[in-house]
This record gives sequence, structure tokens and C-alpha cells, in this order.
Amino acid sequence: MIALLIRDLRLAVRAGGGFGLGLAFFLIVVVLVPFGVGAETAVLSRIAPGILWVAALLAALLSLDRIFALDFEDGSLPLLATSPLPLEGVALAKGVAHWVTTGLPLTLAAPVLGVLLNMESGAYPWLLASLALGTPALSMIGAFGAALTVGLRRGGLLMSLLVLPLYVPTLIFGAEVVRKGAMGMAVGTPLLMLGGITFGCVALLPFASAAALRVNLR
Amino acid sequence: MSIWEYANPKKFMDTTAPAVPWLFWGSVALLVVGLVWGFFLTPNAENFQSTVKIIYLHVPAALMAINAWFMMLVTSIIWLVRRHHVSALAAKAAAPIGLVMTVIALVTGAIWGQPMWGTWWAWDPRLTSFLILFLFYLGYLALWEAISDPDTAADLTSVLCIVGSVFAVLSRYAVNFWNQGLHQGASLSLDKEENVSDVYYIPLLVCMAAFVLLFVALVLMRTGTEIRLRRIRALEARAERGAAGA
Amino acid sequence: MPELGKYAVAVLSAYAISLALLAVIIGMSVARYRRVKAALERVERGRNG
Repeated sequence: MIALLIRDLRLAVRAGGGFGLGLAFFLIVVVLVPFGVGAETAVLSRIAPGILWVAALLAALLSLDRIFALDFEDGSLPLLATSPLPLEGVALAKGVAHWVTTGLPLTLAAPVLGVLLNMESGAYPWLLASLALGTPALSMIGAFGAALTVGLRRGGLLMSLLVLPLYVPTLIFGAEVVRKGAMGMAVGTPLLMLGGITFGCVALLPFASAAALRVNLR
Repeated sequence: MSIWEYANPKKFMDTTAPAVPWLFWGSVALLVVGLVWGFFLTPNAENFQSTVKIIYLHVPAALMAINAWFMMLVTSIIWLVRRHHVSALAAKAAAPIGLVMTVIALVTGAIWGQPMWGTWWAWDPRLTSFLILFLFYLGYLALWEAISDPDTAADLTSVLCIVGSVFAVLSRYAVNFWNQGLHQGASLSLDKEENVSDVYYIPLLVCMAAFVLLFVALVLMRTGTEIRLRRIRALEARAERGAAGA
Repeated sequence: MPELGKYAVAVLSAYAISLALLAVIIGMSVARYRRVKAALERVERGRNG
């Protein structure tokens, strides 16, 4: 499982692996927002938490279809399925690899983009914390969506339709943490809920993803 | 005699096909009674005036929108556990009906909200939850459409339905937390003291019964359609094999 | 006709839209049922004859 994780990370970092594209997308979305809503700093700082969360979510979505599709095309996915490692483990490793290559960089880049949007200074630690805690859920849900649509041509668009509604709870609690942090209010409840969703996703969704993969490999 | 006998497509068709017209016309009759009663024979409510009449469509549609998803969840689990084709096809048959019910609930709610709350749409927990439910229906139907092999499609949509149900419940609580709403509390409950007065309650019950019957009739009919489609496909595949072998 | 007051448009349009949507889903279900039933009969006749 560790070996699979390392292999996936290597593939992602290598040229053409798409690493960095998600980050660039994140940057561009955040830069576009002031053009859309106006440059008034008071407005921007008010909507900054939501914008950063939505943009991070879209950036994570962008690279989801690569989770299984490449391995499916070159035939290594059926090989993985017959290896001694259970498919649940494969799904988990793929999700973790996706998180390390997109969720983690997004988390680290978010504070820089927060500066662009004039976010309240009190919100930065909570932005980091909520993204660090929430993005693994995004990766695991995304791996499930990718597993459902792996065999389909033009599966990417369909996957967005399937995955985005599943992102709602994560987004709500994640953005709520940052918003409350920006206003200096207690953030305990949404942070705990966000953590609960993430751990639930990491623990349970690999089983669903593996079930979907088995059907698609039949 | 067990309920699983109806998992045999032939038995299912023989039993349900004669029942569908009865269910359907029964539901139409109940709907006419409920709506005429509600529309012509109930007084306008003091605070809502005539808009109270929208409740006879709004509440039953919302009820069926949720119960249709619940039925899809149950039939999906039955399909995954016992591999009865009828079960998977029933889930597929129910989804478009649930989608229409969700739209009716949203539209009548918006029409009611405009004069009452002064806005067509508010990001109120119940409204938002229904919008999310609408998206779930869309995704579920899109997945059915996208996959050509019927068994693969049944498996994948069943998995999606189960995961989606968990997230739908999660979203409901998340949305509640996120924004306290305008929507009145549940106007119906088993605790009779809080209920709307009987004048509105009885025709509303009639309408709810009509919607339930309509849903059952439509699901049975659409499941029958799906079973026949499957049979056509099987016969054609056999004919092709026969032609190839000759 | 009952007195609908100033909300007549809202109430009537809600009824019209809902009943129209119900009619659409019923109509589509019935039409598809008939079409598929006829198609199956055709296929089965072709097989026997």
C-alpha cells in the first residue's frame, strides 16, 4: 500500500502528471473573483472564506478523474485488483495520493491567496486548520466519484455532477469555521463536525469506492 | 408464500399489471376529491388568506419526494444483497417520479413564498435541502443514462444511492446548522395538538393518500416497462446469436 | 368559485404548474409503457412466426 502510494506520488509529480495545474487553477479562480464582484476591500474580506473554500473545492475536483482513469487505460488497475492488496486499500491509497498532490498544496497556498482577498488576520489559522482537516474528505469523496465513472467516456462531466452535491456538508462546515474564525467567534462545533465528516469519509468511503471499482472491472 | 416470489419478473407483471389501473384511477379520484374539497370548500386562513390552498399540492409532493428516494434506497439495498432484477428496475423507475415531485414541491414553495415571505427563494434549510435532493436525483438519473450495460448501471447507481443517502442526511443537518430558516415548523405530526386545524387537515390527508397511490401506480407501471425492455433486449441478443450460429 | 383575493394568480399558477407536471410524468410513463409493450409483442411474434 505504501509502495502504491509512493508510485502514485512519483507519477503525479513527474512532468505531465498534472501536479501544479490544480494550484494554478485555484490562483486563477481567486484572482477572477474581484473582477466579478468589484475591488471593494470590505466586500472581499467578507466573502473571502467562502471564495477560498469554493475555489479549493473546484481545484480539487479538477484532478479527480485522473485518480483511476490513467491506471484503467493502461491496464494496471485490473492488475492492482488481482494483487494481494485488497481493493479497499487501493482506493484508500489513491485517495491519500490525491490529497497529498492537491489537498495539501491547496491548503498551504490558501493563506497567500487570503492576502489577495484582504481576509481578516484572525481567520488565517482557521483557514489552514479547516482546509487541512476538510480536504482529505474532498479527496476521498472524489475517489468514490472517480471509481463510479472510471469506465465511461466523457466521465469527467458526469463525475462533477455526482461529486459536487456530496461536497455540500464539507463545504458548509469548512467555510463556517473560517467565517466564525474571522469574526472571532468560537469555532469548536463546525471544526468538530468537519473532522467527523473527514474521518467518516476516510474510514467508510474506500469500501464504497472498492465496490464500484469491482463492478467496473467485471 | 413469501414476498420474494414477486422478484420473479413474470409473477411481478402478472400481479401488478391488473392492479395498476385500479391504483391509478383510485388516485385520480382521491386527488379530485382532495383538491376540490381543499380548493372550493375550505375557508381562507387568517394569516395566509387564499395561499393556504397551495398546501394541498406542496406537502404531498414534498412527502413523496423524500419517500421516493427512501424507496430507491431500500430497493437498491435489496438489489445489492439479493440480486433481484425487479428491485433494481423499480429503483430506476422511481427516480424520475421523485424528481418531478421535488420540482413540484420547489415550484409551489416558491410561488407560495413570493407573497408570504416577499421572496421567491431564500436559503432556508428546508428549501436548500430540497434543492440538494434535486441535484441528487439529477446525478442518479445521469449515471443510469451514462452506462450502457444494465447490470453495471444497476450496481453503480445502487452504490451511489446508498452513499448519496448518507450525504443527503448529513447535508440536511449541515444546512440546518448553516442557516436558521423562515420555513414554518412541521405542520403535521402525530402529536395532534400542534396540527393545523381539521378543516385543512382532512382534505390534506386525502391529497397525500392520492399522491401515495399515484406514486405506487406509476412505479409499478414504469417497472413493468423496464422489465419488458429487458426482455426485448434479451430476445434480440438471442436472435443475433442464433443468426450468427446458423 | 371561491374568493381567492389578491393571491389568485399565485394559487392558480401553483395548481396549474403542479397539475401540468403531474400530467407530463403520467403521460410520459403511459406512452413509454404502450410503446415498449407493442415493441415486445412485435419481437415475440417475430420469434414464433
